[in-house]
Amino acid sequence: MGAPAAPDSPGVSRAEFCAIACAEVFRGDGEVMASAFGTAPALGARLARMTFAPDLVLTDGDAALVHGTPALGAPPSTLVLESHMPYRKVFDVVWSGRRNLIMMASQIDRTGNQNISAIGDWARPKVQLVGVRGAPGNTVNHSTSYWVPNHSTRSFVEQVDVVSGVGYARAAAAGPAAGRYHEIRHVVSNLGVFDFDTPDRVMRIRSVHPEVTVDDVVEATAFELVVPPDIPHTRTPTPAELELIRNMLDPRGLRNREVRG
Amino acid sequence: MADKRLSLEDLTGELHSGMTIGIGGWGSRRKPMAAVRAILRSDLSDLTVVSYGGPDVGLLCAAGKVAKVVFGFVTLDSIPTDPHFKVARQTGAVEAMEIDEGMFYLGLLAASQRVPFLPTRAGLGSDVMRVNPSLRTVTSPYEDAEELVAMPALHLDAAVVHVNRADSSGSGQILGPDPFFDELFLGAADRRFVTTERIIDTEQFASEGPLQTMCISRLLTDGVVETAGGAHFTACVPDYARDEEFQRAYVAAASDPDGWAGFEERYLAVDEAGYQAATRAAAAEFAASPMGGAK
Repeated sequence: MGAPAAPDSPGVSRAEFCAIACAEVFRGDGEVMASAFGTAPALGARLARMTFAPDLVLTDGDAALVHGTPALGAPPSTLVLESHMPYRKVFDVVWSGRRNLIMMASQIDRTGNQNISAIGDWARPKVQLVGVRGAPGNTVNHSTSYWVPNHSTRSFVEQVDVVSGVGYARAAAAGPAAGRYHEIRHVVSNLGVFDFDTPDRVMRIRSVHPEVTVDDVVEATAFELVVPPDIPHTRTPTPAELELIRNMLDPRGLRNREVRG
Repeated sequence: MADKRLSLEDLTGELHSGMTIGIGGWGSRRKPMAAVRAILRSDLSDLTVVSYGGPDVGLLCAAGKVAKVVFGFVTLDSIPTDPHFKVARQTGAVEAMEIDEGMFYLGLLAASQRVPFLPTRAGLGSDVMRVNPSLRTVTSPYEDAEELVAMPALHLDAAVVHVNRADSSGSGQILGPDPFFDELFLGAADRRFVTTERIIDTEQFASEGPLQTMCISRLLTDGVVETAGGAHFTACVPDYARDEEFQRAYVAAASDPDGWAGFEERYLAVDEAGYQAATRAAAAEFAASPMGGAK
Protein backbone atom coordinates (compact mmCIF):
# COMPACT_ATOMS: atom_id res chain seq x y z
CA MET A 1 0.00 0.00 0.00
CA GLY A 2 2.69 2.46 -1.06
CA ALA A 3 2.26 6.15 -1.66
CA PRO A 4 1.50 7.06 -5.23
CA ALA A 5 4.28 8.78 -7.11
CA ALA A 6 4.55 12.55 -6.93
CA PRO A 7 2.21 14.32 -9.31
CA ASP A 8 3.30 15.78 -12.58
CA SER A 9 0.83 18.61 -12.22
CA PRO A 10 2.33 21.65 -10.54
CA GLY A 11 -0.05 24.48 -9.82
CA VAL A 12 -3.27 22.50 -10.15
CA SER A 13 -5.30 22.93 -6.98
CA ARG A 14 -7.04 20.10 -5.13
CA ALA A 15 -10.38 21.71 -5.96
CA GLU A 16 -9.50 21.52 -9.66
CA PHE A 17 -8.85 17.79 -9.38
CA CYS A 18 -12.21 17.45 -7.62
CA ALA A 19 -13.88 19.38 -10.46
CA ILE A 20 -12.31 17.10 -13.07
CA ALA A 21 -13.39 14.04 -11.10
CA CYS A 22 -16.95 15.39 -10.98
CA ALA A 23 -16.88 16.15 -14.72
CA GLU A 24 -15.94 12.51 -15.38
CA VAL A 25 -19.22 11.45 -13.75
CA PHE A 26 -20.98 12.82 -16.85
CA ARG A 27 -18.71 11.21 -19.47
CA GLY A 28 -20.74 9.29 -22.01
CA ASP A 29 -23.98 11.07 -21.13
CA GLY A 30 -26.16 12.33 -23.95
CA GLU A 31 -29.20 14.55 -23.55
CA VAL A 32 -29.86 14.10 -19.84
CA MET A 33 -30.51 16.65 -17.11
CA ALA A 34 -27.32 17.16 -15.13
CA SER A 35 -28.10 18.09 -11.54
CA ALA A 36 -25.15 18.93 -9.35
CA PHE A 37 -25.11 20.00 -5.69
CA GLY A 38 -21.98 21.64 -4.29
CA THR A 39 -19.35 23.73 -6.02
CA ALA A 40 -17.09 21.01 -7.47
CA PRO A 41 -20.09 19.12 -8.93
CA ALA A 42 -21.59 22.31 -10.40
CA LEU A 43 -18.24 23.14 -11.95
CA GLY A 44 -17.73 19.56 -13.14
CA ALA A 45 -21.10 19.41 -14.90
CA ARG A 46 -20.33 22.68 -16.69
CA LEU A 47 -16.88 21.50 -17.68
CA ALA A 48 -18.28 18.23 -19.05
CA ARG A 49 -20.84 20.16 -21.07
CA MET A 50 -18.15 22.46 -22.50
CA THR A 51 -15.99 19.51 -23.53
CA PHE A 52 -16.88 15.82 -23.81
CA ALA A 53 -20.63 15.82 -22.98
CA PRO A 54 -21.99 18.72 -25.07
CA ASP A 55 -25.63 17.56 -25.03
CA LEU A 56 -25.97 17.75 -21.22
CA VAL A 57 -28.94 19.82 -20.06
CA LEU A 58 -28.20 22.19 -17.18
CA THR A 59 -30.68 23.82 -14.78
CA ASP A 60 -30.73 27.37 -13.45
CA GLY A 61 -31.08 26.09 -9.89
CA ASP A 62 -34.64 27.45 -9.77
CA ALA A 63 -37.40 26.47 -12.19
CA ALA A 64 -35.82 26.41 -15.66
CA LEU A 65 -33.33 24.73 -17.95
CA VAL A 66 -30.61 27.06 -19.21
CA HIS A 67 -29.17 27.52 -22.65
CA GLY A 68 -25.39 27.35 -23.00
CA THR A 69 -22.99 26.98 -20.08
CA PRO A 70 -23.18 29.87 -17.62
CA ALA A 71 -20.35 30.49 -15.16
CA LEU A 72 -20.77 29.60 -11.48
CA GLY A 73 -22.67 32.39 -9.74
CA ALA A 74 -23.74 34.06 -12.98
CA PRO A 75 -26.50 36.61 -12.21
CA PRO A 76 -29.95 35.17 -13.06
CA SER A 77 -30.64 38.15 -15.34
CA THR A 78 -27.79 37.04 -17.64
CA LEU A 79 -29.11 33.49 -18.15
CA VAL A 80 -30.82 32.45 -21.36
CA LEU A 81 -33.60 30.00 -20.48
CA GLU A 82 -34.69 27.23 -22.82
CA SER A 83 -37.43 25.37 -20.93
CA HIS A 84 -39.70 25.54 -17.89
CA MET A 85 -38.72 23.03 -15.20
CA PRO A 86 -40.77 23.60 -12.04
CA TYR A 87 -40.47 21.01 -9.26
CA ARG A 88 -43.51 19.06 -10.39
CA LYS A 89 -41.85 18.48 -13.78
CA VAL A 90 -38.54 17.60 -12.14
CA PHE A 91 -40.26 14.45 -10.87
CA ASP A 92 -41.28 13.57 -14.42
CA VAL A 93 -37.60 13.76 -15.36
CA VAL A 94 -36.44 11.83 -12.28
CA TRP A 95 -38.92 9.02 -12.80
CA SER A 96 -38.20 8.85 -16.55
CA GLY A 97 -34.52 8.31 -15.78
CA ARG A 98 -33.32 11.17 -18.01
CA ARG A 99 -31.12 12.60 -15.29
CA ASN A 100 -27.61 12.23 -13.89
CA LEU A 101 -27.14 13.59 -10.41
CA ILE A 102 -24.33 14.39 -8.00
CA MET A 103 -25.71 14.84 -4.48
CA MET A 104 -23.85 15.53 -1.28
CA ALA A 105 -23.68 13.03 1.57
CA SER A 106 -23.34 13.75 5.28
CA GLN A 107 -22.59 10.03 5.66
CA ILE A 108 -21.87 7.35 3.06
CA ASP A 109 -21.12 3.69 3.67
CA ARG A 110 -19.44 0.66 2.15
CA THR A 111 -22.33 -0.40 -0.09
CA GLY A 112 -23.19 3.15 -1.17
CA ASN A 113 -26.00 4.07 1.20
CA GLN A 114 -26.14 7.83 1.78
CA ASN A 115 -27.56 9.84 4.67
CA ILE A 116 -28.78 13.45 4.66
CA SER A 117 -31.67 12.87 7.09
CA ALA A 118 -30.38 12.67 10.63
CA ILE A 119 -27.36 11.67 12.71
CA GLY A 120 -28.07 9.14 15.45
CA ASP A 121 -31.36 7.38 16.10
CA TRP A 122 -34.00 8.59 13.62
CA ALA A 123 -36.70 8.54 16.31
CA ARG A 124 -34.85 11.17 18.30
CA PRO A 125 -31.79 12.31 16.35
CA LYS A 126 -28.63 13.64 17.85
CA VAL A 127 -28.55 16.04 14.89
CA GLN A 128 -31.50 16.65 12.58
CA LEU A 129 -30.22 17.31 9.05
CA VAL A 130 -32.21 18.63 6.06
CA GLY A 131 -34.25 15.43 5.51
CA VAL A 132 -34.16 12.58 2.98
CA ARG A 133 -35.28 15.01 0.24
CA GLY A 134 -35.49 13.17 -3.10
CA ALA A 135 -32.63 10.77 -2.37
CA PRO A 136 -34.73 7.59 -2.03
CA GLY A 137 -36.46 8.19 -5.37
CA ASN A 138 -33.40 9.49 -7.19
CA THR A 139 -31.25 6.48 -6.43
CA VAL A 140 -33.73 3.89 -7.70
CA ASN A 141 -34.59 5.88 -10.85
CA HIS A 142 -31.37 7.22 -12.37
CA SER A 143 -27.62 7.32 -12.02
CA THR A 144 -26.54 9.01 -8.81
CA SER A 145 -23.07 9.96 -7.59
CA TYR A 146 -21.94 11.65 -4.39
CA TRP A 147 -19.67 14.52 -3.48
CA VAL A 148 -18.11 14.59 -0.01
CA PRO A 149 -15.83 17.61 0.44
CA ASN A 150 -14.69 16.50 3.93
CA HIS A 151 -13.58 12.87 3.72
CA SER A 152 -13.22 11.52 7.27
CA THR A 153 -14.25 8.59 9.44
CA ARG A 154 -17.34 10.67 10.32
CA SER A 155 -18.49 10.90 6.70
CA PHE A 156 -17.24 7.53 5.35
CA VAL A 157 -18.90 5.27 7.92
CA GLU A 158 -19.45 1.53 8.28
CA GLN A 159 -23.21 1.99 8.19
CA VAL A 160 -25.14 5.23 7.71
CA ASP A 161 -27.61 6.16 10.44
CA VAL A 162 -30.59 6.77 8.11
CA VAL A 163 -30.56 5.31 4.59
CA SER A 164 -31.70 8.21 2.40
CA GLY A 165 -29.97 7.38 -0.90
CA VAL A 166 -30.12 3.61 -1.51
CA GLY A 167 -26.88 1.64 -1.95
CA TYR A 168 -26.28 -1.59 -3.84
CA ALA A 169 -27.05 -4.15 -1.11
CA ARG A 170 -30.25 -2.39 -0.10
CA ALA A 171 -31.40 -2.04 -3.72
CA ALA A 172 -30.75 -5.72 -4.37
CA ALA A 173 -32.63 -6.76 -1.23
CA ALA A 174 -35.62 -4.59 -2.14
CA GLY A 175 -36.26 -6.57 -5.32
CA PRO A 176 -36.11 -6.11 -9.09
CA ALA A 177 -38.15 -2.88 -9.12
CA ALA A 178 -35.54 -1.20 -6.94
CA GLY A 179 -32.53 -2.51 -8.85
CA ARG A 180 -33.83 -2.03 -12.39
CA TYR A 181 -32.58 1.55 -12.84
CA HIS A 182 -30.24 1.76 -9.85
CA GLU A 183 -26.66 2.93 -10.34
CA ILE A 184 -24.29 4.59 -7.89
CA ARG A 185 -21.67 5.71 -10.37
CA HIS A 186 -18.90 7.43 -8.44
CA VAL A 187 -18.17 8.92 -5.06
CA VAL A 188 -15.86 11.92 -5.25
CA SER A 189 -14.23 13.25 -2.09
CA ASN A 190 -11.52 15.78 -1.39
CA LEU A 191 -9.11 12.82 -1.17
CA GLY A 192 -10.02 10.64 -4.14
CA VAL A 193 -12.56 8.96 -6.37
CA PHE A 194 -14.41 5.73 -5.52
CA ASP A 195 -16.74 3.34 -7.32
CA PHE A 196 -18.54 0.03 -6.76
CA ASP A 197 -16.95 -1.88 -9.63
CA THR A 198 -16.33 -4.95 -7.46
CA PRO A 199 -17.94 -8.41 -7.51
CA ASP A 200 -19.97 -7.78 -4.36
CA ARG A 201 -20.65 -4.11 -5.13
CA VAL A 202 -18.72 -2.59 -2.25
CA MET A 203 -16.72 0.62 -2.42
CA ARG A 204 -13.37 0.56 -4.15
CA ILE A 205 -10.68 3.20 -4.53
CA ARG A 206 -10.74 4.29 -8.17
CA SER A 207 -8.09 7.00 -7.94
CA VAL A 208 -6.46 9.23 -5.36
CA HIS A 209 -5.88 12.91 -5.93
CA PRO A 210 -2.20 13.90 -6.32
CA GLU A 211 -0.41 14.45 -2.99
CA VAL A 212 -2.85 12.07 -1.30
CA THR A 213 -1.63 8.57 -0.41
CA VAL A 214 -3.70 5.42 -0.30
CA ASP A 215 -2.86 5.26 3.41
CA ASP A 216 -4.36 8.74 3.88
CA VAL A 217 -7.59 7.52 2.32
CA VAL A 218 -7.69 4.28 4.29
CA GLU A 219 -7.09 6.14 7.57
CA ALA A 220 -9.88 8.62 6.82
CA THR A 221 -12.38 5.84 6.10
CA ALA A 222 -14.21 3.96 8.87
CA PHE A 223 -14.89 0.84 6.76
CA GLU A 224 -12.71 -1.50 4.76
CA LEU A 225 -12.25 -0.16 1.25
CA VAL A 226 -11.35 -2.41 -1.66
CA VAL A 227 -7.79 -1.38 -2.49
CA PRO A 228 -6.71 -2.54 -5.97
CA PRO A 229 -3.01 -3.17 -6.52
CA ASP A 230 -2.41 -0.27 -8.89
CA ILE A 231 -4.26 2.87 -7.99
CA PRO A 232 -3.80 5.76 -10.40
CA HIS A 233 -3.87 9.42 -9.62
CA THR A 234 -7.02 11.30 -10.51
CA ARG A 235 -6.30 12.60 -13.99
CA THR A 236 -4.79 16.04 -14.38
CA PRO A 237 -6.94 18.62 -16.15
CA THR A 238 -5.71 19.41 -19.65
CA PRO A 239 -4.45 22.96 -20.28
CA ALA A 240 -7.67 23.65 -22.19
CA GLU A 241 -9.77 22.38 -19.27
CA LEU A 242 -7.81 24.49 -16.79
CA GLU A 243 -8.33 27.51 -18.99
CA LEU A 244 -12.09 26.86 -19.00
CA ILE A 245 -12.21 26.32 -15.23
CA ARG A 246 -10.15 29.36 -14.32
CA ASN A 247 -11.18 31.93 -16.89
CA MET A 248 -14.67 31.01 -18.01
CA LEU A 249 -16.55 28.79 -15.59
CA ASP A 250 -15.25 29.90 -12.19
CA PRO A 251 -13.35 33.16 -12.60
CA ARG A 252 -14.10 34.11 -8.97
CA GLY A 253 -12.41 30.97 -7.65
CA LEU A 254 -15.41 29.70 -5.66
CA ARG A 255 -13.97 26.16 -6.02
CA ASN A 256 -11.00 26.98 -3.81
CA ARG A 257 -13.27 28.07 -0.97
CA GLU A 258 -14.98 24.68 -0.87
CA VAL A 259 -11.77 22.61 -0.96
CA ARG A 260 -8.42 24.11 0.02
CA GLY A 261 -4.92 23.22 -1.07
CA MET B 1 -70.13 34.21 -8.20
CA ALA B 2 -69.72 33.65 -4.50
CA ASP B 3 -67.71 36.21 -2.59
CA LYS B 4 -65.18 34.11 -0.66
CA ARG B 5 -63.26 36.92 0.98
CA LEU B 6 -62.22 36.28 4.58
CA SER B 7 -59.98 37.85 7.20
CA LEU B 8 -57.01 35.97 8.67
CA GLU B 9 -59.05 35.55 11.86
CA ASP B 10 -61.95 34.09 9.85
CA LEU B 11 -59.49 31.64 8.35
CA THR B 12 -58.08 30.44 11.66
CA GLY B 13 -61.65 30.33 12.98
CA GLU B 14 -62.37 27.58 10.45
CA LEU B 15 -59.51 25.44 11.75
CA HIS B 16 -59.62 23.18 14.79
CA SER B 17 -57.07 21.67 17.13
CA GLY B 18 -55.99 18.20 16.07
CA MET B 19 -56.49 18.91 12.35
CA THR B 20 -54.13 17.81 9.58
CA ILE B 21 -53.16 21.00 7.75
CA GLY B 22 -51.29 21.29 4.46
CA ILE B 23 -49.14 24.36 3.91
CA GLY B 24 -48.20 25.34 0.34
CA GLY B 25 -44.96 26.78 -1.01
CA TRP B 26 -41.54 25.12 -0.89
CA GLY B 27 -38.71 25.64 1.64
CA SER B 28 -38.43 29.36 2.23
CA ARG B 29 -40.45 30.27 -0.88
CA ARG B 30 -44.02 31.57 -1.21
CA LYS B 31 -45.12 30.28 2.18
CA PRO B 32 -48.48 31.50 3.55
CA MET B 33 -46.67 33.10 6.48
CA ALA B 34 -49.42 35.56 7.44
CA ALA B 35 -51.74 32.56 7.91
CA VAL B 36 -49.00 30.78 9.89
CA ARG B 37 -48.62 33.86 12.11
CA ALA B 38 -52.41 33.93 12.60
CA ILE B 39 -52.24 30.27 13.73
CA LEU B 40 -49.44 31.22 16.15
CA ARG B 41 -51.76 33.85 17.70
CA SER B 42 -54.67 31.41 17.94
CA ASP B 43 -55.55 28.74 20.50
CA LEU B 44 -55.02 25.97 17.92
CA SER B 45 -52.82 23.08 18.99
CA ASP B 46 -52.04 19.43 18.35
CA LEU B 47 -51.79 20.00 14.58
CA THR B 48 -50.39 17.61 12.01
CA VAL B 49 -48.49 19.81 9.56
CA VAL B 50 -47.92 18.56 6.01
CA SER B 51 -45.36 20.72 4.24
CA TYR B 52 -42.46 21.01 1.81
CA GLY B 53 -41.04 22.51 4.94
CA GLY B 54 -39.56 25.91 5.60
CA PRO B 55 -39.89 28.44 8.43
CA ASP B 56 -43.62 27.66 8.58
CA VAL B 57 -42.73 24.35 10.20
CA GLY B 58 -40.08 25.88 12.47
CA LEU B 59 -42.35 28.63 13.78
CA LEU B 60 -45.29 26.30 14.42
CA CYS B 61 -43.01 23.84 16.25
CA ALA B 62 -41.49 26.62 18.37
CA ALA B 63 -44.96 27.74 19.45
CA GLY B 64 -45.93 24.22 20.52
CA LYS B 65 -48.71 24.00 17.94
CA VAL B 66 -47.50 20.79 16.33
CA ALA B 67 -48.06 17.17 17.24
CA LYS B 68 -46.68 15.71 14.02
CA VAL B 69 -44.80 16.86 10.91
CA VAL B 70 -45.11 15.14 7.52
CA PHE B 71 -42.07 16.18 5.48
CA GLY B 72 -39.33 15.27 3.02
CA PHE B 73 -37.14 18.14 4.18
CA VAL B 74 -37.27 21.31 6.22
CA THR B 75 -34.98 24.03 4.88
CA LEU B 76 -34.58 27.79 4.69
CA ASP B 77 -32.91 27.46 1.24
CA SER B 78 -30.09 29.96 1.76
CA ILE B 79 -29.62 28.43 5.24
CA PRO B 80 -29.73 24.62 5.11
CA THR B 81 -31.89 23.85 8.15
CA ASP B 82 -34.47 25.50 10.40
CA PRO B 83 -33.19 25.79 14.00
CA HIS B 84 -36.60 25.35 15.65
CA PHE B 85 -37.40 22.22 13.68
CA LYS B 86 -34.00 20.79 14.60
CA VAL B 87 -34.71 21.33 18.29
CA ALA B 88 -38.21 19.88 17.96
CA ARG B 89 -36.83 16.70 16.40
CA GLN B 90 -33.80 16.42 18.65
CA THR B 91 -35.89 16.76 21.82
CA GLY B 92 -38.60 14.44 20.53
CA ALA B 93 -41.18 17.22 20.87
CA VAL B 94 -42.91 16.28 17.61
CA GLU B 95 -43.82 13.04 15.91
CA ALA B 96 -42.45 12.70 12.39
CA MET B 97 -43.43 11.10 9.10
CA GLU B 98 -40.39 11.53 6.84
CA ILE B 99 -40.84 10.56 3.19
CA ASP B 100 -39.17 11.15 -0.17
CA GLU B 101 -40.32 14.46 -1.65
CA GLY B 102 -41.67 12.65 -4.73
CA MET B 103 -43.67 10.29 -2.50
CA PHE B 104 -45.04 13.44 -0.86
CA TYR B 105 -46.20 14.70 -4.29
CA LEU B 106 -47.87 11.37 -5.07
CA GLY B 107 -49.58 11.35 -1.67
CA LEU B 108 -51.17 14.74 -2.41
CA LEU B 109 -52.03 13.64 -5.94
CA ALA B 110 -53.69 10.44 -4.69
CA ALA B 111 -55.74 12.42 -2.16
CA SER B 112 -56.79 14.95 -4.80
CA GLN B 113 -57.81 12.11 -7.16
CA ARG B 114 -59.65 10.25 -4.37
CA VAL B 115 -57.66 7.04 -4.84
CA PRO B 116 -56.14 5.27 -1.82
CA PHE B 117 -52.55 5.18 -3.10
CA LEU B 118 -50.30 5.65 -6.11
CA PRO B 119 -47.43 3.30 -6.99
CA THR B 120 -43.81 4.45 -7.20
CA ARG B 121 -40.25 3.18 -7.03
CA ALA B 122 -39.39 6.03 -4.65
CA GLY B 123 -38.83 4.71 -1.16
CA LEU B 124 -37.85 1.15 -2.13
CA GLY B 125 -34.78 0.01 -0.20
CA SER B 126 -34.55 3.20 1.84
CA ASP B 127 -35.13 3.83 5.55
CA VAL B 128 -38.32 5.69 4.62
CA MET B 129 -39.86 2.20 4.72
CA ARG B 130 -38.26 1.42 8.10
CA VAL B 131 -39.23 4.63 9.90
CA ASN B 132 -42.79 4.53 8.51
CA PRO B 133 -43.82 0.96 9.30
CA SER B 134 -47.36 1.64 8.07
CA LEU B 135 -46.12 2.04 4.48
CA ARG B 136 -46.95 -0.90 2.24
CA THR B 137 -45.82 -2.15 -1.14
CA VAL B 138 -48.05 -3.31 -3.98
CA THR B 139 -47.35 -5.89 -6.67
CA SER B 140 -48.13 -4.98 -10.25
CA PRO B 141 -51.07 -7.09 -11.49
CA TYR B 142 -49.46 -7.15 -14.95
CA GLU B 143 -46.82 -9.42 -16.41
CA ASP B 144 -43.85 -7.50 -14.94
CA ALA B 145 -45.10 -8.25 -11.38
CA GLU B 146 -42.89 -5.45 -10.03
CA GLU B 147 -43.23 -4.71 -6.32
CA LEU B 148 -43.60 -0.96 -5.82
CA VAL B 149 -44.26 1.38 -2.92
CA ALA B 150 -47.99 2.10 -2.50
CA MET B 151 -47.81 5.74 -1.43
CA PRO B 152 -50.97 6.37 0.58
CA ALA B 153 -53.14 9.41 -0.07
CA LEU B 154 -52.16 12.34 2.16
CA HIS B 155 -55.63 13.52 3.00
CA LEU B 156 -55.77 17.01 4.53
CA ASP B 157 -58.47 18.49 6.73
CA ALA B 158 -57.44 21.95 5.53
CA ALA B 159 -54.85 23.55 3.28
CA VAL B 160 -53.57 27.09 2.89
CA VAL B 161 -51.42 28.46 0.06
CA HIS B 162 -50.18 31.96 -0.78
CA VAL B 163 -50.38 33.42 -4.30
CA ASN B 164 -49.51 36.71 -5.95
CA ARG B 165 -53.01 37.68 -7.09
CA ALA B 166 -56.53 36.35 -6.58
CA ASP B 167 -60.08 37.49 -7.18
CA SER B 168 -62.88 37.58 -4.63
CA SER B 169 -64.27 34.24 -5.79
CA GLY B 170 -60.97 32.49 -5.08
CA SER B 171 -59.29 32.10 -8.47
CA GLY B 172 -55.56 32.48 -7.87
CA GLN B 173 -52.66 33.67 -10.02
CA ILE B 174 -49.04 32.65 -9.41
CA LEU B 175 -46.66 35.06 -11.15
CA GLY B 176 -43.38 33.48 -10.02
CA PRO B 177 -41.56 30.74 -11.93
CA ASP B 178 -42.77 27.74 -9.92
CA PRO B 179 -46.33 26.94 -8.83
CA PHE B 180 -44.86 24.21 -6.60
CA PHE B 181 -47.57 21.80 -5.39
CA ASP B 182 -50.10 24.38 -4.24
CA GLU B 183 -52.85 23.12 -6.52
CA LEU B 184 -52.46 19.61 -5.10
CA PHE B 185 -52.48 20.82 -1.48
CA LEU B 186 -55.85 22.43 -2.20
CA GLY B 187 -57.04 19.37 -4.10
CA ALA B 188 -56.12 17.09 -1.19
CA ALA B 189 -57.99 19.14 1.43
CA ASP B 190 -61.54 19.39 2.74
CA ARG B 191 -61.28 23.12 3.58
CA ARG B 192 -59.20 25.16 1.12
CA PHE B 193 -57.78 28.64 1.70
CA VAL B 194 -55.82 30.97 -0.55
CA THR B 195 -54.03 34.02 0.82
CA THR B 196 -52.83 36.61 -1.65
CA GLU B 197 -50.75 39.73 -2.00
CA ARG B 198 -53.66 41.48 -3.65
CA ILE B 199 -57.28 40.79 -4.56
CA ILE B 200 -57.99 42.17 -8.01
CA ASP B 201 -60.94 42.21 -10.39
CA THR B 202 -61.08 39.05 -12.48
CA GLU B 203 -60.69 41.20 -15.62
CA GLN B 204 -57.23 42.28 -14.40
CA PHE B 205 -55.65 38.80 -14.35
CA ALA B 206 -54.80 38.97 -18.06
CA SER B 207 -52.83 42.19 -17.66
CA GLU B 208 -50.84 40.69 -14.76
CA GLY B 209 -49.61 37.57 -16.56
CA PRO B 210 -50.33 34.97 -19.24
CA LEU B 211 -53.08 32.35 -18.97
CA GLN B 212 -50.83 29.69 -17.44
CA THR B 213 -50.17 31.93 -14.41
CA MET B 214 -53.90 31.66 -13.56
CA CYS B 215 -53.28 28.22 -12.17
CA ILE B 216 -55.54 28.02 -9.08
CA SER B 217 -59.18 27.67 -10.11
CA ARG B 218 -62.05 28.59 -7.81
CA LEU B 219 -63.06 24.92 -7.97
CA LEU B 220 -60.27 24.48 -5.43
CA THR B 221 -60.95 27.31 -2.97
CA ASP B 222 -63.37 27.97 -0.12
CA GLY B 223 -61.89 31.21 1.14
CA VAL B 224 -59.52 33.97 0.01
CA VAL B 225 -57.65 36.41 2.24
CA GLU B 226 -55.88 39.55 1.03
CA THR B 227 -52.73 40.03 3.06
CA ALA B 228 -49.94 42.11 1.49
CA GLY B 229 -46.50 40.84 2.48
CA GLY B 230 -48.22 37.62 3.47
CA ALA B 231 -45.28 35.42 2.49
CA HIS B 232 -42.66 37.51 4.31
CA PHE B 233 -39.89 36.60 5.11
CA THR B 234 -40.00 33.90 2.45
CA ALA B 235 -39.70 34.74 -1.25
CA CYS B 236 -42.76 35.81 -3.22
CA VAL B 237 -41.31 36.73 -6.60
CA PRO B 238 -41.89 38.87 -8.56
CA ASP B 239 -43.53 40.87 -5.75
CA TYR B 240 -40.54 40.49 -3.42
CA ALA B 241 -37.47 38.34 -2.87
CA ARG B 242 -36.73 36.43 0.32
CA ASP B 243 -35.78 38.86 3.11
CA GLU B 244 -32.37 37.33 3.74
CA GLU B 245 -31.41 39.76 6.50
CA PHE B 246 -34.62 39.07 8.36
CA GLN B 247 -34.18 35.33 7.87
CA ARG B 248 -30.68 35.54 9.33
CA ALA B 249 -32.10 37.49 12.27
CA TYR B 250 -34.76 34.75 12.72
CA VAL B 251 -32.08 32.05 12.81
CA ALA B 252 -29.86 34.03 15.18
CA ALA B 253 -32.79 34.68 17.53
CA ALA B 254 -33.91 31.06 17.40
CA SER B 255 -30.49 29.90 18.52
CA ASP B 256 -30.62 31.88 21.77
CA PRO B 257 -33.49 31.80 24.35
CA ASP B 258 -33.25 35.50 25.22
CA GLY B 259 -33.02 36.41 21.56
CA TRP B 260 -36.09 34.34 20.82
CA ALA B 261 -38.13 36.01 23.57
CA GLY B 262 -37.26 39.37 22.03
CA PHE B 263 -38.14 38.16 18.54
CA GLU B 264 -41.49 36.83 19.72
CA GLU B 265 -42.34 40.03 21.53
CA ARG B 266 -41.45 42.24 18.60
CA TYR B 267 -42.80 40.20 15.68
CA LEU B 268 -45.20 37.51 16.86
CA ALA B 269 -47.07 38.98 19.84
CA VAL B 270 -48.58 41.57 17.48
CA ASP B 271 -51.25 41.33 14.79
CA GLU B 272 -50.37 41.11 11.08
CA ALA B 273 -50.35 44.89 10.61
CA GLY B 274 -48.04 45.14 13.62
CA TYR B 275 -45.78 42.47 12.11
CA GLN B 276 -45.54 44.29 8.81
CA ALA B 277 -44.76 47.58 10.57
CA ALA B 278 -42.11 45.90 12.72
CA THR B 279 -40.42 44.32 9.70
CA ARG B 280 -40.32 47.69 7.90
CA ALA B 281 -38.66 49.18 10.98
CA ALA B 282 -36.23 46.24 11.05
CA ALA B 283 -35.36 46.77 7.39
CA ALA B 284 -34.50 50.40 8.14
CA GLU B 285 -32.30 49.25 11.04
CA PHE B 286 -30.51 46.68 8.85
CA ALA B 287 -29.86 49.38 6.26
CA ALA B 288 -28.53 51.82 8.88
CA SER B 289 -26.27 49.33 10.69
CA PRO B 290 -22.64 49.06 9.60
CA MET B 291 -23.19 45.35 8.91
CA GLY B 292 -26.37 45.99 6.93
CA GLY B 293 -26.25 45.44 3.21
CA ALA B 294 -22.86 43.77 3.51
CA LYS B 295 -24.15 40.56 2.02
